[in-house]
Amino acid sequence: MTLLLVRRLPSRLRTGAGVQRAMLLTGAVLTGLFVLTAALGPLAAPYGHAQLREGADLFGSQQHPDGAHPLGTTIAGYDVLSRTIWGTRTALLIIVAALLLSVLPGTVLGLVSGYLGGRLDRLLVGLADALYAFPPLLLAIVVSIVISGGRSSLAGGLGAGACSVAVSFVPQYFRVVRAEVIRVKAEPFVDAARVIGTGPWRIMTRHVLRNSVRTLPLIFTINASEAILTLAGLGFLGFGIEPDSGAEWGYDLNRAVADVTSGIWWTALPPGLGIVLTVLGTTLLGEGLTDLADPRLRRRSGTPAAPTDGAGDDE
Amino acid sequence: MSDLLRVEDLHVDFATDAGQAPAVRGVSLSVAPGEVLALVGESGSGKTVTARSVLGLLPGTATVRGRVLLGDGTREPTEDVLTASAARLRALRGTHAAMVFQEPATALNPVLTISGQLTEGLRAHGRGGSRAERRALAVEWLGRVGIPDPAVRAGHYPHQLSGGQKQRAVIAMALALGTRLIVADEPTTALDVTVQAEILELLHRCRTDFGTAVLLITHNMGVVADLADRVAVMRAGRVVEQAPTRQLFAAPAHPYTRELLAAVPDFGTGVRERPAAAADGAPVVRAGRLVVEHPGRLGRRGFRAVDGVSFEIRPGEVLGLVGESGSGKTTIGRAIAGLTPVTSGELELFGAPLTRRRGSAGRIGYVFQDPATSFDPLLTIAESVAEPLVVHRRELGAKEIRARAGALLEAVQLPRGLADRYPHELSGGQRQRAALARALALRPTLLVADEPTSALDVSVQAKVLDLFTELQREFGFAALFVSHDLAVVERVADRVAVLHRGRIVEEGLTGLVLGSPRDDYTRRLVAALPVPDPVRQARRRRQASDVLEEGVAGA
Repeated sequence: MTLLLVRRLPSRLRTGAGVQRAMLLTGAVLTGLFVLTAALGPLAAPYGHAQLREGADLFGSQQHPDGAHPLGTTIAGYDVLSRTIWGTRTALLIIVAALLLSVLPGTVLGLVSGYLGGRLDRLLVGLADALYAFPPLLLAIVVSIVISGGRSSLAGGLGAGACSVAVSFVPQYFRVVRAEVIRVKAEPFVDAARVIGTGPWRIMTRHVLRNSVRTLPLIFTINASEAILTLAGLGFLGFGIEPDSGAEWGYDLNRAVADVTSGIWWTALPPGLGIVLTVLGTTLLGEGLTDLADPRLRRRSGTPAAPTDGAGDDE
Repeated sequence: MSDLLRVEDLHVDFATDAGQAPAVRGVSLSVAPGEVLALVGESGSGKTVTARSVLGLLPGTATVRGRVLLGDGTREPTEDVLTASAARLRALRGTHAAMVFQEPATALNPVLTISGQLTEGLRAHGRGGSRAERRALAVEWLGRVGIPDPAVRAGHYPHQLSGGQKQRAVIAMALALGTRLIVADEPTTALDVTVQAEILELLHRCRTDFGTAVLLITHNMGVVADLADRVAVMRAGRVVEQAPTRQLFAAPAHPYTRELLAAVPDFGTGVRERPAAAADGAPVVRAGRLVVEHPGRLGRRGFRAVDGVSFEIRPGEVLGLVGESGSGKTTIGRAIAGLTPVTSGELELFGAPLTRRRGSAGRIGYVFQDPATSFDPLLTIAESVAEPLVVHRRELGAKEIRARAGALLEAVQLPRGLADRYPHELSGGQRQRAALARALALRPTLLVADEPTSALDVSVQAKVLDLFTELQREFGFAALFVSHDLAVVERVADRVAVLHRGRIVEEGLTGLVLGSPRDDYTRRLVAALPVPDPVRQARRRRQASDVLEEGVAGA
């Protein structure tokens, strides 16, 4: 499904103009940088995410940025640059986990509920509405306690974040897919399949599903930023991932709170920027794709061009 | 007198994702006071774009060159709509030229009363003095366009009026402002044929009683023959021929005009000669007192779409089912296909009753009205045509299925190269051919065709109808041919059943039912149909007005 997004990007970049195009381009570049950093993390980072010493020498606590540590060190003595770069991996993991946990159940339930309708549909819609009432962060805290007993391992933090994001996003995918399915279900080509004698499962998977998921890439991006923010929130509250099991921006921000008042800028800024730029990138990408996917929002330049004779053929 | 409208060398281009697309390329027209000029052409010919440019209603993506001059008929037109300021354009709209749209349901604001919409225009142009006077004026005009009980009707909302009444109200809005020119864009296309006849009569009166000129955009040659003084034929953004109506119909000069006129099914001349269908053998379909109700909202009675209908279709026979919208003709087709459940009565298919367990799926072919939406947009044409075989004859294997799909496409005369294209890459006629191929994939003995040509242009319609007849002769299937167009049914059907409000009012051999109808409703239906021949239509119009008035009085 991410493939779908990537495949669509070039054509979207060609259409559209001005601000919309700039938004989309910025979003694509930021997101691309994020994924690239995550992939090349071990090569790009000077040290490991939990590394405290080079040989026998400790890095030292709250060191100013210098040659050995381009962004200084934290109060606990970690290299800030390395932590920030390693953090992209954790962020990417949470995005993948949250997407898998939300998209799959949401889409399948939406498809079945919308196509079959009836009592099942009413039940599922009711459930989805009930799920909206859950405060996601509170849920994340509960899940993290259930998974790891409050100790913050990598799996525990990721699981808690992904689960709570899924709880708030499964209903969104469910609703969007269900609404589309109900629209597509009434299209004559579905009737045509029914007249042929196609079974309901084949109609759902072959005809309805593929025509109902066009708007999903736009929710992916919102879903992705929500996942990062939830994990960062968990980390900030102290329920995230301990530094020795993984690098996580929210935790680093939490530990940097005291530094800010004593004039140490380099511990808070990089992880904060990491969060802001990643969320900004995915959001801009989503917004850009929404605008350009809709021909009515897509702005075209109405500049006169040389008449092209014979270009418009009506058959 | 001078012209009301003069269009000089109009070019319109649209900016699209694929670059500039020319819609109108050098059109010149003029409309004199009190004249009806018909602009005819098939879809994509640029006729609507030309009409909209008269009122400056083109979207922002359009690039326009040329001149569109509007005048009041007393002197040469000088105001160029294309260069007029927004304020001047507002003043011109409504007073010099007004628009009547195709779909009256969407041209009126659903949350305003009819008089509210009429007085809004009057107020905008500073007519009618006080509020009460404006309302009185609105009521007066509603009466003049033939809306019964205008004083009561003025207070109604659009949804409380029928389609024909809504269109009358839209015309009243135009006339109330004293407009000299009505631009009518397919004003009767969305209406039933009997209502169409009434609106055409009203447009006639606009000219004779009020001296209003009409620029009529239409694809229907019957409407042209009925109403127009002069005709301009458009094709691919150009006017290929302009002539007085009678001359154009009698001696078309341009080859395209000849082609277009030849393709129009001419009602009353087209009864086809074919051997009587094999009358022996058990009927393919037998319906006895068939009732289909659409469930109503909670606590309300459902809507009875089909009300005790009985008919039979014998092997190899084509039964035409005609009726106006809401008569239940499509519902009958859908009930046979198992798409709509039967409420009561009997429906037998191939001698066995149709039940939930043993439905008609896979045993009949079905052709839908709109070929654009009846194909899965993400499957190629060959995949869609192969779909019935994949579902029911999987044992054939992928290779054999593909070969058979290719043979089917050949049978409907689609070029081999189109097999791997997607539906949106085909024209309407090509798609409907593919739909026929898909319907025939399992060699069904019954085909249900629901308005298979009403979404197509007239020249394409002629070819698809020919193909249908040819395939029917070759494969020998029986068919239920549902249509609102009597001229089309006359061409393809052996027998005709006329539906009115869910009941069959008349049934019999095509020539008999349409040639000398016995039922009042059928008579009205036949009388209301405009034929594409101005001389004959003028005669029919005189006779028809009696039949129609009778019908209106009776209804």
